[in-house]
Amino acid sequence: MNAREQARGAPKHSPTVETLFRGVSLAAALLVLATLGAIIAMLVAGAWPVIEKFGFFRFLTSAEWNPVTETFGALTPIYGTLVTSAIAILIGLPVSFGIALFVTELCPVWLKRPVSTAIELLAAIPSIIYGMWGLFVFAPFFSENIQPLLTDTLGQLPVIGALFEGPPIGVSIFTAGIILAIMIIPFISSVMRDVFETVPRELRESAYGLGCTTWEVMWKVVLPVTRAGVVGAIMLGLGRALGETMAVTFVIGNSHELNIGLFWPGNSIASTIANEFTEADSEIHAASLIALGLVLFLITFIVLSLARLMLVRMAKTYGGKS
Amino acid sequence: MTDNGDKTVEAKRADAPVATQDESARQSSGTTNLPAEREGPKPKLDIRNLDFYYGKHQALKNINLKIPEKQVMAFIGPSGCGKSTLLRTFNRIYSLYPNQRAEGEIWMDGQNILGKDVDVNLLRARVGMVFQKPAPFPMSVFDNVAFGIRLYERLPKADMEERVEQALRRAALWDEVKDMLHKSGAALSGGQQQRLCIARAIAVKPEVILLDEPTSALDPISTARIEELVMELSEDYTIVIVTHNMQQAARISDRTAFMYLGEIIEEGETDQIFTAPREEKTQAYITGRFG
Amino acid sequence: MSLYARRKFVNAFNLTASVLTTLFGLFFLAWILWELFSKGFAGLDITLFTADTPGPGSEGGGLRNAIVGSLLITLTGILVGAPIGILSGIYLSEYGRGTWLAATVRFVSDILLSAPSIVIGVFVYMIMVAPLGGFSGISGAVALAIIALPVILRTTEDMMLLVPDTMREAAAALGAPRWKVILSVVLRAARSGVLTGVLLAVARIAGETAPLLFTALNNQFFSLDMTRPMANLPVTIFNFAMGPYENWHDLAWAGSLLITLVVLGLNIITRAFLRGKKH
Repeated sequence: MNAREQARGAPKHSPTVETLFRGVSLAAALLVLATLGAIIAMLVAGAWPVIEKFGFFRFLTSAEWNPVTETFGALTPIYGTLVTSAIAILIGLPVSFGIALFVTELCPVWLKRPVSTAIELLAAIPSIIYGMWGLFVFAPFFSENIQPLLTDTLGQLPVIGALFEGPPIGVSIFTAGIILAIMIIPFISSVMRDVFETVPRELRESAYGLGCTTWEVMWKVVLPVTRAGVVGAIMLGLGRALGETMAVTFVIGNSHELNIGLFWPGNSIASTIANEFTEADSEIHAASLIALGLVLFLITFIVLSLARLMLVRMAKTYGGKS
Repeated sequence: MTDNGDKTVEAKRADAPVATQDESARQSSGTTNLPAEREGPKPKLDIRNLDFYYGKHQALKNINLKIPEKQVMAFIGPSGCGKSTLLRTFNRIYSLYPNQRAEGEIWMDGQNILGKDVDVNLLRARVGMVFQKPAPFPMSVFDNVAFGIRLYERLPKADMEERVEQALRRAALWDEVKDMLHKSGAALSGGQQQRLCIARAIAVKPEVILLDEPTSALDPISTARIEELVMELSEDYTIVIVTHNMQQAARISDRTAFMYLGEIIEEGETDQIFTAPREEKTQAYITGRFG
Repeated sequence: MSLYARRKFVNAFNLTASVLTTLFGLFFLAWILWELFSKGFAGLDITLFTADTPGPGSEGGGLRNAIVGSLLITLTGILVGAPIGILSGIYLSEYGRGTWLAATVRFVSDILLSAPSIVIGVFVYMIMVAPLGGFSGISGAVALAIIALPVILRTTEDMMLLVPDTMREAAAALGAPRWKVILSVVLRAARSGVLTGVLLAVARIAGETAPLLFTALNNQFFSLDMTRPMANLPVTIFNFAMGPYENWHDLAWAGSLLITLVVLGLNIITRAFLRGKKH
């Protein structure tokens, strides 16, 4: 036996290193699970006084939010969260689709990379920047130029006219929705573009080969094939809009009055928490804010789970060919 | 233990004709009972009743085979016949994947390497492997070769340099890379990368070298160099090669096993397999009627 | 109108709409960047880095304490989040590959990745600020670590999976134990990708505001004490923008520009990294 055989008899890599490394990496993975578990557990525990005092259902449906009388209902912020996100999707979706269509089908090759890079970079800009711009630039511009226009036209219509009412102060649910739309456009359109590009070239070419126009290829071939992925992209965007704090807090006006008119100031779940959490004196006020956090977490959890499900289904269909 | 290459170089080519004489005495029933009572040289690997499973799918069925020491053994057969799978049991590389398992025995130097108490890392240091696609590690040429040595030996710098040079010379690569030892291994050409992988495997001084279609990704010139190298190396090492290229098997191997659907159909002297196969399936395969 | 003419018209109309929506989207984004740069550059001078944040009603001032605080909190956040993220990414791509546990961890990590950051802030307040009796830089760092963790985990896993299995087999075939295969071959082959993930995570947390509101809080004065409330750029920007003073607004814009430049710079670097990797 030479020296190497002896070395083999006593390897310097003892199995303990293997066990240790495996254990540490497993522990890190388990820590990820534990973090989510702890978040849910803490939110439920923190929100418990509210559920005991008001009941979860009454908390969700009451619009009264009064720290002085210690009565708290989540309806106004929930309404604000849902409505701002709905506005964001209504405006952001067609624009994002247009951009994705432009980049995948229309854009000249030399422009493709600059445009998609620009869009991806814009998706990385911190949301507080959007909020700043909304507060200082867009809100005054909107109340002076666009809001009167909308009030004079859409505001005069029966039924939906009521939506386009409110004081000309710039900060409102509607403004917040627009800012959110601008914020999620880069995000949705870049995910959509990725999804469109997974469609196999042959499929596109055979549609063109039949004499389809670009629009028909997009609308009748690419879009149906990528439906799950597109819905997933929209849901991801929606998830962002629902959970966004800073872009909204600057411009929503932070009012606890429930108004149907979109030009009135309002509140979202995230902005309520951002504004009041450090100032909540009473236990029930803090618990109400935590309960709001729990509600927000559940809403985004559901939306994002659906989004992931859609994207996974999408990847199963075409993942191998991308 | 004879892991040291420059010990007695057995004249294995001289052994070959001796083995041929046994052939008439050999009953090979097509399927696999013990292949032969007396082989020429002593077997390095003795595979007994080996079954292999990918999950529930059985990929190898009752394999019995002796692989003689310091010869080249080739596995041929149509793709999916299990030849790579069989090769991958000899260093238990399959055990990286939890759903793959082997049942049976593979004896090497009096030890069943499929046994539970076998340290697979030590086993793999004794049984080297070269893969279909060259896989240089993301490090310099020098470090690629030194990687395996450093796993089991602590050498002074000069000794290490000597070992690396030796291995590269052995792999007929030294002259081409001696001025770029500290460049990335990925910068070499495909054929050079594959010879680097061979150098890396022999630097550890293994006893057996497994080659899994080592030339299928290479051009004809690189292929010829690797084939030459394999024949040279067989003076010191037991070599098992899987190839889909029958001419290659005929050119470089001493013995050949033909596999089909997870079984060894026929095994014997390479000359005999290619000129006078006993089994109809072997005949059909080597004359190109299927596969 | 013939069917063909109609189809051509629909096509032309929709494609025009697509170009217009692209211009519309890019117009707003250009508008935002224009305002940010023009307003931000006005306040970008040396006192920004030498003077601390001004109190209510006082003149001038800079952002020194906020910049240093942000650097400290972000750096600590990454130092906490990166090892956990890389190790768990290693678990997913190597030891746990194909197991239900890995699938669960991946799903949970995706949920964390897009969880509202304000909820993370509330969570860290409950587990750190309340029990420890006060706001602190370190709790802000923990909140940012939770946000960075899933970003790093995901990129690490993706990048490790890009390393072909033949590389793992080749290393294992030399007798290298699993941990050695992973650390000195696989992770090494994936290192620029993993580093990219870490940089992306830095870019992501550098501008996060919501999770710092109730963890690091803010501090008008210069401080290096991570156990006390700590000034940081995002919260300073928020407070100053919402405040009534002109010089506060200017500082908020300058701070916003600073953050944006850092974030965009990091993104551009990571792109260059990834592009280099493809070749």
